[in-house]
Amino acid sequence: MSEITPDLVRHLANLARIDVNENEVALFADQLNLIVDSVAAIKDAVAGDVPATSHPIAMANVFREDVIEPSLTQEQALSGAADSADGRFRVHAILDEE
Amino acid sequence: MAKDELMNYEKALEQFEVVIGLEVHVELNTNTKMFCGCRNEFGNEPNTNVCPICIGLPGSLPAVNKKAVESSIKIGLQLGCEIAPNGRFARKNYFYPDLAKNFQTSQFDEPIAFEGALDVEVPSGKVFTIQIERAHMEEDAGKLTHVGGSTGRIQGAEYSLVDYNRAGVPLVEIVTKPVYGAGAEAPELAAAYVRLIREIVKSMNVSDARMERGNVRCDANVSLRPHGQEKLGTRTETKNVNSLRSIERAVRYEIQRQAALLAKGVAITQETRHWHEDKGATSSGRPKSDADDYRYFPEPDLVPVQPSKAWIEEIRATLPENPADRRKRVQAEWGFADLEFRDVVNAGLLDQIEETVKAGAKPQAARKWWTGELARIANTQDQDVTDLEISGAYVAELAGLVEAGKINDRLAREVLTFVLAGEGSPAQVVAARGLEVVSDDGALIAAIEAALAKQPDVLDAIREGRMQAAGAVIGAVMQAMKGSADAGRVRELLIEMANK
Repeated sequence: MSEITPDLVRHLANLARIDVNENEVALFADQLNLIVDSVAAIKDAVAGDVPATSHPIAMANVFREDVIEPSLTQEQALSGAADSADGRFRVHAILDEE
Repeated sequence: MAKDELMNYEKALEQFEVVIGLEVHVELNTNTKMFCGCRNEFGNEPNTNVCPICIGLPGSLPAVNKKAVESSIKIGLQLGCEIAPNGRFARKNYFYPDLAKNFQTSQFDEPIAFEGALDVEVPSGKVFTIQIERAHMEEDAGKLTHVGGSTGRIQGAEYSLVDYNRAGVPLVEIVTKPVYGAGAEAPELAAAYVRLIREIVKSMNVSDARMERGNVRCDANVSLRPHGQEKLGTRTETKNVNSLRSIERAVRYEIQRQAALLAKGVAITQETRHWHEDKGATSSGRPKSDADDYRYFPEPDLVPVQPSKAWIEEIRATLPENPADRRKRVQAEWGFADLEFRDVVNAGLLDQIEETVKAGAKPQAARKWWTGELARIANTQDQDVTDLEISGAYVAELAGLVEAGKINDRLAREVLTFVLAGEGSPAQVVAARGLEVVSDDGALIAAIEAALAKQPDVLDAIREGRMQAAGAVIGAVMQAMKGSADAGRVRELLIEMANK
């Protein structure tokens, strides 16, 4: 069993700015524990001498030439924003007065 | 912000050994961003150089800018580093709105360049070898503007506005190993190191290297330990240091601040600190320990970068001469004495003087203007002389006007202020403002006669060989003509008149 506690779920939700109620805290704690435990099973399958794999297919050097491509317009860029002002995304202040 | 107690600098150095470490971020001047085709350009309307990739919309796929990799390899090679045959990008996870993805694409345990060294000369002439631990590729973050609150800074802001134009701009972060033994010269060494990095990236044209625009930024780590102690002291990392002068001041400040605390038996908190240019002080940011878990993992959307030996050698062949060789060469070419040359290097003026000489100025004239009047102006404006808005070509033009006798030194200094104010080239300013030296004999003779009317004995004095008497008339003529008289010609005319 992994250690996804209700407090940890609340902390993660707070960092991600997602509102969760107490039922969801319990639900997500269970689900996250299941995911973490499932992934942890890999520890039994491999020994320490197997290098970590980030890609199943061995590929390297996929590059893009340094050529300008069209960007979004400011309106398009901000169209999905919860809030905006002066052509910019508007977000909550992050730190409190010290 | 409570005022920190500081220990006298000399006293701090008597009691403690200073250890510094420097992290320099260099923004590359590629056409496009690191992982997408958005324009990499400063000063555009907010959020107009953005696309689904750099604002992290779901389903978007990044691709690595080949030119940015090439520039990173160039930097690595010029710092004497090994280039990694295999390097991956990693996700550095953190929650902060300066990147919309909730992670920064960076390199973690496989930087593109590692294990280099750089010889850095400080103003005293002493040379320190700085060991480079690594240089890695990453992307820059967006720009936050904090609105409301008491100070306009992040503390107390009501909300923040985000512009992602800079998000995804390619960065190379160069990290030194701990630097020991610089003692009292640690602040100067930190500044000289960053100056040299700037020189290097500019000489290769991989970055615009303008500190005031944040093209080159420095985080300075400082720790103290009692002399003879093996274990390193707790360090602080001062961010937000964006001029060479601030680097020097910030390191010095941290040495004095930490020494005062340690002397009182207070432990140093490992933390990020912010440099405030206006107050000349650092203030506490966030504690480091809490935020250090970035849960790095390999970026699954990007494949590894594996530069071939052939490619690396191809790049190596294009490198300009290294800064140390260049310094030797230009000093010989320009014929500067060691002390003159050291002043030029310490002011970071090699590029400017080279450009000025290329534009036709004599080396000594170029040196005189840059290390003299221009340095003085920069100093009064609390700026670095290299950040002044004037080109070498303009300085050469100014020197040319002086040499041709069109303007004198005093007028040239006046012309400079107008050139710096954006009024055009020196020749344009001279023409537009009528600042040319008056060597027209008619006008000069009229002014001399007016001065002689008040000092009738001067001509006799000159006839008797007392030349110093001429000074009073020359001074009066200069004053009457608001400094624009050709003093040499006035003197000649006076002698002619006396001998008639």
